[in-house]
Amino acid sequence: MNPIVSLLIKGGRVIDPASGMDQEPADVLVLEGKIARVGCDLPAPAGARVVDASGRIVAPGLVDMHVHLREPGYEHKETIATGTRAAAMGGITSLVCMPNTDPPADNPGTLAWIAARARETGAARVWPAGCITKGRRGEELAEMASLAAAGAVAFSDDGFPVARAGVMRRALEYAGSLGRVVISHCEDPDLAGGGVMHEGYWSTVLGLVGMPAAAEEVMVAREIILARLTGQRVHLAHLSTGLSAAMVRRAREEGLPVTAEVTPHHLALSDAAVAGYDTSTKVNPPLRPQEDVEALRQALAGGVVQVIASDHAPHAAQEKEQDFDQVPFGISGVETMLPVVATVLVKSGLLAWSRALAAMTVKPARILGLPVGTLEPGALADITLIDPELEMVVDRDRFVSLGHNSPFHGWKLSGWPVMTIVGGEIVMDGRQLLS
Amino acid sequence: MAGLAARHLLGLAEMEAEEINLVLETARPMAGVMERPIKKVPTLRGKVLVTLFYEPSTRTRVSFELAAKYMGADTVSIAPATSSVVKGENLRDTVQTLEALGADMVVVRHQTAGVPGQLAGWLSRTVVVNAGDGMHEHPTQGLLDLFTIREEKGRLVGLEVAIIGDILHSRVARSDIWGLTKMGARVRVAGPATLLPPGLEKMGAQVYHRLEPALEGADVVIALRLQQERQRQGLLPSLREYAASFGLTPGRLALAKPDVLLMHPGPVNRGVELAAELVDAPCSAINRQVTNGVAVRMAVLYLLLGGG
Ligand SMILES: [Zn+2]
Ligand SMILES: [Zn+2]
Repeated sequence: MNPIVSLLIKGGRVIDPASGMDQEPADVLVLEGKIARVGCDLPAPAGARVVDASGRIVAPGLVDMHVHLREPGYEHKETIATGTRAAAMGGITSLVCMPNTDPPADNPGTLAWIAARARETGAARVWPAGCITKGRRGEELAEMASLAAAGAVAFSDDGFPVARAGVMRRALEYAGSLGRVVISHCEDPDLAGGGVMHEGYWSTVLGLVGMPAAAEEVMVAREIILARLTGQRVHLAHLSTGLSAAMVRRAREEGLPVTAEVTPHHLALSDAAVAGYDTSTKVNPPLRPQEDVEALRQALAGGVVQVIASDHAPHAAQEKEQDFDQVPFGISGVETMLPVVATVLVKSGLLAWSRALAAMTVKPARILGLPVGTLEPGALADITLIDPELEMVVDRDRFVSLGHNSPFHGWKLSGWPVMTIVGGEIVMDGRQLLS
Repeated sequence: MAGLAARHLLGLAEMEAEEINLVLETARPMAGVMERPIKKVPTLRGKVLVTLFYEPSTRTRVSFELAAKYMGADTVSIAPATSSVVKGENLRDTVQTLEALGADMVVVRHQTAGVPGQLAGWLSRTVVVNAGDGMHEHPTQGLLDLFTIREEKGRLVGLEVAIIGDILHSRVARSDIWGLTKMGARVRVAGPATLLPPGLEKMGAQVYHRLEPALEGADVVIALRLQQERQRQGLLPSLREYAASFGLTPGRLALAKPDVLLMHPGPVNRGVELAAELVDAPCSAINRQVTNGVAVRMAVLYLLLGGG
């Protein structure tokens, strides 16, 4: 297809958290795939396509730093094509895909294959993460330098924790020397003890095996201590408890290079949502009690947690129709991340749009060193238009993702993306994917 | 109240006290049917009940099947582990097949909590009865425990009931706690700290880490079965130490009221949770629980299948 050479997005509320801009009305001019100018009453160049953005928020394309695309190996759950199309439906223009594929991205060949496949079939930019250890076994370090050369933007054994502290220490040192961040899935497997939900009142009532908050918290403590030991950066994935957030706050006050993310589901749902045994509420880390949900919201509002990421973990419908113990963990999240955040955090008055968008654009981009997440002139023209008033009921059966495992099914949400632009090319318009 | 509010019986947590009372009242004449020389009434003739037991339990399955047969219903039993009908099939396909085959009721036992509710959500006509799901609930056991206590004691309100043992893994304990507290009894639970899950107080029980204070002045003592594997799982040093700390003996039971009623959901590990001689002691209602189980299940079947 012919990329549109120039595009003028007129009259929207332009929010660019990277520069602190929040102006309405304002125009964004895109030339040859890059942001050319942002300002008032910009003239349309000859032949430019003009998009009326009145009543819309014009933001940098969202950056989701935690996505499972499943390809290669689990194409029945998701593919790079379907997952990036789902992301585009969610206003996401850049995503980091986790390396727990089959084979895992613990070697440069697989990682390069994923990157190439994403260039061929991806509807959004894909930035692959490589494994921390070979085979995600938590024993020997993966060839991180080669992985970085092949395009790995970060390292993670996500899905599994690195159980041995000594291995994690070496991983932080080695990755740090490559200028890459390690993303830790904080879970002590022994404490987690095969649990399928949070251990507390609801696990007792429901008769499901619980995993205590401590399973996450002891690993958060360990990673912070290792960040201090090594002086290297560590990013904590999907933080889920108030104590985890408190420890991160302390570490950051001390100046340690620790960053953290939280998912929309941990911000919106408590463990009470598991009552009724909707298998879409089975997620790791598990949904926590309401006081943790409140603490996470405060941590996000206070900047202790910088990033909102979906931890998009799609599964086939058949897999979610098993009993609760058998069902795999995960929520299909890219298509609902923005409206959940908009409804639960922004509309409720807890977070300004600029702060919410920062957590999904410039913050993750900076942690990863990605050249995206801003509308500054010269930047890649990745742009998302949001209709803050658009209200729709989530229908998981109409997801673009192959994974329909969403606990938000039937929720009325507002603040949906209505246009997604990647490199100056419109990939989603009016809630419809193009091509 | 004309009948049960819900179409299925999934747990006592969802039931109102009046509904529980209705089941208990309905069970009394059923117990009478069982005492007749010919134990057969035609109330459920033409109805088909399927027992679907993913986890084997001859006692509970037979109790349901006899309850159905005494009321004239036809029964089919399926053990998915061995049955070619459903082997390897997912849950949804299995129950929808049973519904298509004409089952009026599916009585399901599963090792995972929540399965009966999941099945109920996939059915449009067939009624689901939970015969025990994971550590969640065993509502007919809970109802038969309530029935037994009320028959023996004449009331439930104000009674002190102590539940002793592995509360963490016990679906019976959960159904008993819900049912007893809704009916006005006071519930105490006692066991090793490793076998007491969080949130029991919020469910309405008083928690004890030692046996003796839990037994003091109790009207009813329910001992729970202790599985051998708790030792392998690192939850107990040994069964011997468990028996020494929490095993019920005639001497310990003397702390309870003189007319204490002793119960156990069975099967009993003699010498572990109960001293062998207690099983058949005058205070023991363990055998009557088994008999009452059939009557209570007849009442449940009648209310869910026969009422409408
Ligand atoms: Zn993870
Ligand atoms: Zn993940």
